[in-house]
Amino acid sequence: MAGEKTVETTGLLGWIDRRFPLTTLFKEHMSEYYAPKNFNFWYFFGSLALLVLVIQIVTGIFLVMNYKPDAKLAFDSVEYIMREVPWGWLIRYMHSTGASMFFVVVYLHMLRGLFYGSYRKPRELVWIFGVAIFLCLMAEAFMGYLLPWGQMSYWGAQVIVNLFAAIPFIGPDLAIWIRGDYVVSDATLNRFFAFHVIAVPLVLIGLVVAHIIALHEVGSNNPDGVEIKAGPKDAKGHPVDGIPFHPYYSVHDIMGVAGFLIIFAAIVFFAPEMGGYFLEFNNFIPADSMKTPPHIAPVWYFTPFYSMLRATTSDFTWILSAGAVIAAAALFLKGNLKGVMRVAVPVILIVVAVLFKVIDAKFWGVVVMGGAVVILFFLPWLDHSPVKSIRYRPTWHKYLYAVFIVNFLILGYLGTQAPSDVFNIMSQIGTVIYLAFFLVMPVWSRLGTFKPVPERITFHPH
Amino acid sequence: MSQITTQLDDAGAVDPNQVPDPSRRFWVTTACAVGGVAGAATVVPFVSSFAPSEKAKAAGAPVEVNVTTIAPGEMRTVEWRGKPVWLLHRTEEQLKTLKGHDNQLADPHSERPGFTPEYAKNEYRSRKPELFVAVGICTHLGCSPTTAFGSGGAGLPANWDGGFFCPCHGSTFDLAGRVYSNKPAPDNLEVPPYSFSADGSIVTIGVDEDNKA
Repeated sequence: MAGEKTVETTGLLGWIDRRFPLTTLFKEHMSEYYAPKNFNFWYFFGSLALLVLVIQIVTGIFLVMNYKPDAKLAFDSVEYIMREVPWGWLIRYMHSTGASMFFVVVYLHMLRGLFYGSYRKPRELVWIFGVAIFLCLMAEAFMGYLLPWGQMSYWGAQVIVNLFAAIPFIGPDLAIWIRGDYVVSDATLNRFFAFHVIAVPLVLIGLVVAHIIALHEVGSNNPDGVEIKAGPKDAKGHPVDGIPFHPYYSVHDIMGVAGFLIIFAAIVFFAPEMGGYFLEFNNFIPADSMKTPPHIAPVWYFTPFYSMLRATTSDFTWILSAGAVIAAAALFLKGNLKGVMRVAVPVILIVVAVLFKVIDAKFWGVVVMGGAVVILFFLPWLDHSPVKSIRYRPTWHKYLYAVFIVNFLILGYLGTQAPSDVFNIMSQIGTVIYLAFFLVMPVWSRLGTFKPVPERITFHPH
Repeated sequence: MSQITTQLDDAGAVDPNQVPDPSRRFWVTTACAVGGVAGAATVVPFVSSFAPSEKAKAAGAPVEVNVTTIAPGEMRTVEWRGKPVWLLHRTEEQLKTLKGHDNQLADPHSERPGFTPEYAKNEYRSRKPELFVAVGICTHLGCSPTTAFGSGGAGLPANWDGGFFCPCHGSTFDLAGRVYSNKPAPDNLEVPPYSFSADGSIVTIGVDEDNKA
């Protein structure tokens, strides 16, 4: 018939393909998407993140059927789900464990990117969409944590919303606007519920789609950081160092899924609270606006950033200020900025150095914490190393990564602990290490003797 | 019959060599601008719906407290606008601790604006020396500090002579709610507007010379 497309498929699939590019999409993203054949276990975490997203959405839908977003009813409705709804405890523990496991998987997924330079040209947008997903996840986790309306829910939200109040001039009004009240209240609970169940998930799903489309446009990186598209091709024009994602990696990833689900189920059934790390003990006490619990800390996945917030005292801003002055001097004397920028950038840094001491340390604490996340967006332009993968970097680069990882874990531990003088100094040192790792990266990443990068990926068939 | 004949010629098509009509560009721009303004204006009600409701605004009624029943050394907490307000009856010894450590305080004379009404800008930060009234919310990130009237404890210095301690980020305050320097909190604890009844037995929180009930 006139106007109908000619397709290779027949029957029902042919009928669909003449109206919707089903087979084309499947080929493009699955059976004819060529991925490098040297993937190692680090490459499980992308598909695992997708799995956890599905777990969270499905369990979330079922939780909403019994949860009540009302300051008077919320706490009891969660207990109702736990005690009275058939299998409600399982659905709730899957959701709460899923939240923590999401961050485990995503942190490892990001670390993989860091190791193999997966954010380098031409994959900058893949990385940027990924960091945006990470930000959305943080928003999801934070707003979701308010919903049980326990003591940690309440005071955690109180602290985080008050972060915005630290912004000069508009801050206090902004915090009231976010809460919809003068303190965290029923209005806050309702709007966080709306964001948690619909607004942020919609953005999140959109970003995940963009992340995958961008990835499939440029092709996956691999542990060698070598472009398979630049290597030899077979008769059909497919890179010989690549294999179709389906069935090779789709089946391979099922193994990762099986391993993950064993761990996931073990946590859900035997340690859903994870000793107070996944579900904090204070959150089993209903919210009380008159009394802060004696020790409050965010859930573990926020604690590295929370440590940096606490580390920024008025003494510490002297160090930040000194850092800005040194950076200004270094850029002016040694930097390769041209023309006006050579003067303008150092001048801006000097102004920032002064502002560190003019504006309250409280504001800079918020800036440091936010900056620690936002700086990830700029990673593709901070890394100037001539090779992508850690495999071909100088050995001391590996030690730097090791220091960065250990430092991040220590910051995370410190964030769970009550404040003390020793811990405060430790977290200040940790904050300097974290920031310096990224801010000095344009310098250190090009230093040292790099190893020769092979023409093609290194792959040994089993 | 000619009405149903399909027209296959390009009689109605635009001549590719025709000079662009500048008035069309003008109308496209104008339509986009007017439409853009309408679109932006539609955002206003949605953004405004985030502000506190009339009900939330009305909930800030003054609170009356009978202070004659607070024994020396005792502290009472009442709720005002959803926040804890402390009423601490300080003893003579406690008042003595307020002297002699101005150099350790971030703002010993309560000069920073917004946290201390005029009548509380004295070393006791109160209308009457013995009765301290303050909002029990840390000026850092809004936790409620705990009382630390004894000597020392976790997170407190060895020479601690009583005050308040914020468990969240370790800010410390003396018994007049003045923050110690080099702590996360930038400001002294907020002293709410309050006034005494004529006989001095009732304190009304939320009402003073500048804030009528």
